[in-house]
Amino acid sequence: MTLQRIWTRGAIYLVLAAFCAFYLMPFYVMVITSLKPYTDVNVTRMWELPKGIYFEGIIQAWTTVAPNFWNSIVITVPAVLISSLMGSVNGYIFAKWRFRGADTLFILFLVGMFLPYQGILIPLVLTLQAFGLYGKVIGLIMVHCIFGIPITALLFRSYYTGIPNELLDAAKIDGCGFFGIYRYILLPISMPAFAVVLLWQFTSIWNDYLIGLVVLGNPRLAPINVAVVNIAGSWTVEWNVQMAAALIAAMPTILVYLLLGKLFMRGLLAGSLKG
Amino acid sequence: MKSLNRREFMKFAALGTSAAALAACAMPTTAPGAAPAAGSTAASGGATAGGGQLEIFSWWTSGGEVEALNALYEIYSAQFPDVEIVNAALTGGAGQGGNMKALLETRMQGGQPPDSFQVHLGRELIDSHVVPGRMEDLSFLYEEEGLNDVFPKDLIAIASYDGKPYSVPVNIHRSNVLWYRPSKLEAAGVAAVPTTWDEFFEAAEALKAADIPALAVAENEPNFSGHVFENILITQLDQAGYLGLFDGTTSWEDERVTRSLEILNQAYDYANQDYLSTSWGDINDRFVADDGPAMMIMGDWTHGVLLSKAFSDYRWAPAPDTAGMFMVLSDSFGLPKNAPDRDNAVNFLRVCGSREGQDAFNPIKGSIPARTDPDLSKYDEYLLSAMEDFKSNTLLPSIQHGAAVKQSFVLDYAIAINNLATNRDVAAAQAMLVQAAGDAEFGA
Amino acid sequence: MATKSMVAAGERARAAGGPITKRRRRMNGDMVIAFFVLLPSILAVAIFIYTAIGWTFYISTVKWNSQIIDYTFVGLRNWSRLFSDNRFYADLRNLVYYAIGFMSQCIIFGFIIASLLDQKIKGEILFRTIVILPFAVSGIVTGVAWRWLMQPTTGINLLFAKIGLENFQPVWISHPDYGMWAVTIATSWQFTGYVMALYLAGLRGIPQELREAASIDGAGTYATYRYIIIPLLMPVTFTAIVLTGMNSIRVFDVLASMSGSGPAFATDTLAFFMYQSTFGAYRYSLGATIGAFMILLSAFLIVPYLRSMRDEVER
Repeated sequence: MTLQRIWTRGAIYLVLAAFCAFYLMPFYVMVITSLKPYTDVNVTRMWELPKGIYFEGIIQAWTTVAPNFWNSIVITVPAVLISSLMGSVNGYIFAKWRFRGADTLFILFLVGMFLPYQGILIPLVLTLQAFGLYGKVIGLIMVHCIFGIPITALLFRSYYTGIPNELLDAAKIDGCGFFGIYRYILLPISMPAFAVVLLWQFTSIWNDYLIGLVVLGNPRLAPINVAVVNIAGSWTVEWNVQMAAALIAAMPTILVYLLLGKLFMRGLLAGSLKG
Repeated sequence: MKSLNRREFMKFAALGTSAAALAACAMPTTAPGAAPAAGSTAASGGATAGGGQLEIFSWWTSGGEVEALNALYEIYSAQFPDVEIVNAALTGGAGQGGNMKALLETRMQGGQPPDSFQVHLGRELIDSHVVPGRMEDLSFLYEEEGLNDVFPKDLIAIASYDGKPYSVPVNIHRSNVLWYRPSKLEAAGVAAVPTTWDEFFEAAEALKAADIPALAVAENEPNFSGHVFENILITQLDQAGYLGLFDGTTSWEDERVTRSLEILNQAYDYANQDYLSTSWGDINDRFVADDGPAMMIMGDWTHGVLLSKAFSDYRWAPAPDTAGMFMVLSDSFGLPKNAPDRDNAVNFLRVCGSREGQDAFNPIKGSIPARTDPDLSKYDEYLLSAMEDFKSNTLLPSIQHGAAVKQSFVLDYAIAINNLATNRDVAAAQAMLVQAAGDAEFGA
Repeated sequence: MATKSMVAAGERARAAGGPITKRRRRMNGDMVIAFFVLLPSILAVAIFIYTAIGWTFYISTVKWNSQIIDYTFVGLRNWSRLFSDNRFYADLRNLVYYAIGFMSQCIIFGFIIASLLDQKIKGEILFRTIVILPFAVSGIVTGVAWRWLMQPTTGINLLFAKIGLENFQPVWISHPDYGMWAVTIATSWQFTGYVMALYLAGLRGIPQELREAASIDGAGTYATYRYIIIPLLMPVTFTAIVLTGMNSIRVFDVLASMSGSGPAFATDTLAFFMYQSTFGAYRYSLGATIGAFMILLSAFLIVPYLRSMRDEVER
């Protein structure tokens, strides 16, 4: 029994390690390329370790993308928080308050999610202009929230559907209404759902390229990915700077993941699912 | 536990709403932390007292290109210190369908053009912006600045529509250059750089025997071979025949086009093995590698790129059979109608067309000026020889870089040649070219 | 389901002799509140998303195929032009390849990794973070990094050669027929971590009592998974399918920076075709037609699936 268990545990760790190697491989290339001087950077020698640690790529990358870095923070943080909250409430409604036509409405929401956003750039600009929001950061935040409505509602709805209605009934008997149920029953146990939604929203908004660019209309105000892509020249690319910039751009998202990790640990409250 | 969750959550919510409030109350379009010169309104016109703004769109985002652009800005700022220059540079402008062009398009469609923008001289500008009536006629500027005397007549013809010029060319690049590595040719026993396609194939055979790829090709995505192909077209068609391709007088079914396709098709036999996996951005790395190919037909920005890689084992010659011809492409700036700061824009165009401006820009960019009266002391060996050729050779407009034809045709053309590179079927590729010509309504 | 428990609550209340009428009135009142809380989102989606969809369909029926705005109605001419274009069919083929490759890799690997991590692993946080790290990287950077890795002579193939597999040197993304499958390796590299996170959250939500009950009943690991865990995770699988499906239809950034349309459209997609038509060739109507087709395709694929899943998911 114990030997079998050791083998199984060993196999598990081995498989996990193999997966990790796969997921780390491109990062390895990106990191060592960032540390090379420009003259050494060459796609034919991508696996070779740098001959020394050269910071020129990282320094140049940071000075190039820094202004856009802050742009991204200002855009992303409010958009993520607002859209997650909206998604939570909307998901709650779709999961637990099925008024007439709610399901059809939900399907309409989801179809809207499949919209290829490259195709609606022009009508988007025209609509924003009609509301006086074109070229403004607040307009971009709004656009991100609106584009996030379907997906956040989907994620929360599927989470809340798994919560037994008996819990809600208990609350109703205790006198809770719409807001009460949300505040006292669902919200406290929503942390894992918030974790996945925050993860998704932060990543898609932070990594957005085209929407931010087009809605703001000016590369200087655009989010960080625009600056990262801009490092490529028309005929050639300074790869060390490019890779360094890509890593810098990924840092905040990684930080968010580490912070959210704690929320994963919270399962549903022990008592609430019994019976 | 439960209350901690809620407290944490409330903290986040408070942070979020205050951040949103901050974003809303702060200057609507300024990004905090941006350097003072950077953040300002893009949508509304310049509101600062004194000089106003100058917003320039380009795809020169890095390396020598942005340095060259900055040199122009310096000259401008020396003359007009009160004007705030907003350099809105974005990649994806060269070739077709990139992000810079997408953004520019949404701005133009939204009725908020920048003060000026970089565009390839010729049909790319004309079909994309002049014909829809978005650009101002620049005859007045050409007269005031005496540009009619200083730019070659053929160049002004390329820049014009209905006899009026619509943009100011800043530089000239040459498309038909053959770059070669003398050491590689020597190693294969090739005595001299090939000057005709027959000589090229002889050399290619010798190189093949020595296990060296003869021609560098990067055809993972369309465009590279399109560039090579236009330089073969001009060897099979004379000037009138070549120009006739774009106004319907020469058919794309012509056997000379077929012959050109066959030459290109044959050249692929001697290209680097992985040419379908190599991308334009990586081709220079390939070229300088120890096991790299011997030759490459590419524009003369290659010169600047190879220099920046501290590479010196290369020389140049006109592409095979194109001696005496100069396949021209040029970056230029125009004046959109309703530019928010028209006067600033016009002044910028003056700087672009001036001798001082061009001599500051071009040596850094690695191109030659459009003017015929530059200060020769600023240019290096290759550029001086290019300038000589520019003065004396027949000028022909490039297809691949938007001088000769509208952008939609360039896209179809590049895809057709990419098809040839992949499927190696001359007839199919030619059929695609004919279809593309039909779509473009040449001579209609 | 909500109705059932409400009725049950009502029965109980009646049995207890309490005031039903007030409670049910409040419940209806709450329905109205629910609707009004949802209303802003409905309006926002209608204004920003559905008008854009409407615009797209409208433009697909007019003659606007150059920089000159032209609203002449031409009916389905753009559509017939689209359906006679080779590139369109290459894109459809690529969509199928991509969807199968991407969705299966993400869901299968995501589930496997989440299940492994759920086994009280030492260093779970480390493994978890590594697997989800790629998700932090933007699509554009993913494309660039993997393009390097999939270079035929110097990327992963070089590693293969070093460990003795010199003959196994696939061309990856530049293969004219199968390049798309190689693309799915890169995109699932980026996305699997998120699916894993979804499954992990779901697994954590399965009460320990259920698993203990199963093992008391004599179920081994395989049976526990098959009859208890996987069915309980249906909502997660459903979400994962919708998300990966959405990605398959819309994928753009990664492809644009990794291989563009590839040699002879090997890795072209509808999204890229649309983007190039609109902003590269200024064929707005053709671009809108492609966009409209993508929306229709999504609707036809998703709506029936959603309907059937809806019943499956409710318990």
